[in-house]
Amino acid sequence: MTDTPIHKVAQATPESMARRIRGLSDRTIAWIFVAPTIFLLLAVNIFPLIWTIRLSFTDYRVNRPNREVEWVGLQNYERILSDPDIWATMQATAHFLIWTIVLQVLIGFALAFLINKKFRGNDLWTTIIVFPMMLSPAVVGNFWTFLYQPQIGLFNYVVAFVTGADPASFSMIGDVHLAPWAIIIADTWMWTPFVMLICLAGLRSIPDSIYEAAECDRASKWRQFWTITVPMVLPFLMLAVLFRGIENFKMFDLVVQLTGGGPGNTTTLTSIDLKREAFEKWRTGYSSAYAVILFVTVFGLASIYVKALNKVKER
Amino acid sequence: MSFSVTEPSNGTKWFAGILVIGYALITIAPLLWIIATGFKSGPDSIAYPPKVVFEPTLEGYVNLFTDRTRATQDMLDAAGEPQTWYDQIARDQGTVITGPSRYGERFMNSVIIGFGSTALCMLLGTAAAYAFSRFRVPLKDDLLFFILSTRMMPPIAVAIPIFLMFRQLGLSDTHLGMILLYTAVNLSLSVWLLKGFIDEIPVEYEEAALIDGYTRFQAFYKVVLPQAATGIASTAIFCLIFAWNEYAFAVLLTSGTAQTAPPFIPTIIGTSGKDWPAVAAGATIFLVPVMVFTILLRKHLLRGITFGAVRK
Repeated sequence: MTDTPIHKVAQATPESMARRIRGLSDRTIAWIFVAPTIFLLLAVNIFPLIWTIRLSFTDYRVNRPNREVEWVGLQNYERILSDPDIWATMQATAHFLIWTIVLQVLIGFALAFLINKKFRGNDLWTTIIVFPMMLSPAVVGNFWTFLYQPQIGLFNYVVAFVTGADPASFSMIGDVHLAPWAIIIADTWMWTPFVMLICLAGLRSIPDSIYEAAECDRASKWRQFWTITVPMVLPFLMLAVLFRGIENFKMFDLVVQLTGGGPGNTTTLTSIDLKREAFEKWRTGYSSAYAVILFVTVFGLASIYVKALNKVKER
Repeated sequence: MSFSVTEPSNGTKWFAGILVIGYALITIAPLLWIIATGFKSGPDSIAYPPKVVFEPTLEGYVNLFTDRTRATQDMLDAAGEPQTWYDQIARDQGTVITGPSRYGERFMNSVIIGFGSTALCMLLGTAAAYAFSRFRVPLKDDLLFFILSTRMMPPIAVAIPIFLMFRQLGLSDTHLGMILLYTAVNLSLSVWLLKGFIDEIPVEYEEAALIDGYTRFQAFYKVVLPQAATGIASTAIFCLIFAWNEYAFAVLLTSGTAQTAPPFIPTIIGTSGKDWPAVAAGATIFLVPVMVFTILLRKHLLRGITFGAVRK
């Protein structure tokens, strides 16, 4: 930065004149420009986070403001980690997370691969496919309940039409075995385009010359796919998985509108459980500890994953 | 035409095209279904088998924007002739309109909070992104990572203390509170995206301006801002869409005056059971603007959804 032309000019002119020319010093401007952002983020993100950590060691309850607040040490954490219900919730979250990622990666990659064949009008169809992911997840969840209605729902009707079953014989959101799949299907419908777009960018980043060279070496299409296409797209794919993983770990709006966590607790993902503890049972201290555990988990997993991603990129 | 080994054959193109178009049709079917349901009558919306061909009506839209009550014959007689077309539609269903519904208000709240937070977010975000792009900021990488990491927290986890804080400050259920909150949530996106866009503008332009006697501020808003206009516009649309779609904070921190449309739409019910055409109408009005924006954004879509990590 110091050897740019403007600095040379500034050094050649007297200090007072230089200041008039440049107005405020760059350092001052940098601070004026960055400070409001940092301040707002501290106020709305970091301060609440610290407050959450503090509350997590207490038995505070928002709905009983006059009660004496007691320090309970690590008791909240112990109770959460030894609670089988919470482990069941974690399991439901893991099931949702794994299946949505598997389906979205497979379908998303396949679509990107096909779109990259550059057939006529592929831009238009890509835009159409992208629509679902831009919509409000809560509103989407709400209207999927309509599609999933037994008998009258479009989803049930189509499934019944294809399989020959009675459309009134199954309820995607009322059945304990089907409900976890109901949320996976809706999420996959919504977010496959996200993975697709990132894969497409990956595919388009591969220079034609590599394939031309492989063709000269008489490598089969199949071999080209596994030795060129897949490794070159992998960093992109892993990035897509990172984004989807973090987003679906936090998943709340779509699922809460779709199933509300039911039937039973079969689709109670961690965020939904946390919301119940914090805003229905009003166990503020307990749910703060819960929130801290979730945050540490997502942050920890994401950091490990980013390290792996960087290794793949370096290769 | 030159021969290229990387150009797919016509057969491959046809095959790929058919599969992609097939997927696209399946994927928009639910959306078209919702839009269609908004124009169905109550009985048509829950008909079996589902009706693809139906007589369109504005019942759903009238029901969405009005509160109605089931009317007995006496009430209908007392109310006299219907005055307007929407009155007529309500009468045809055996109801009388008692007043406007809350959907209009909620929709306006979405507009106010969406545009308010986007404006504030762009103001703060552009300044911060410019500073991160052009100046030596101490701990720059750490600050940038910190800004990004704020996005990793589950909203419900942050909502507990924010709920307490807002209650203390009198910001619960206010437009200002929601605008500040959405601004903070969106700042990570706007700073990262805008930094990428500003990085792409050659530094030489500003240097030339500075040599011509512009101050830093002048160089910033007379040279950099116009150059970054497309980037700023697409970032703004992303912020707007996020604020528009947000549900978790809205449902926890607002209940009346500042409630936005997403927590409201699922609560729409009719005079007898769930009024699906009205829900579908509410969803349609709410979702169609986003689809239009998606078309406008399509060149920068990938960049936006990956926080600038992937550029085309």
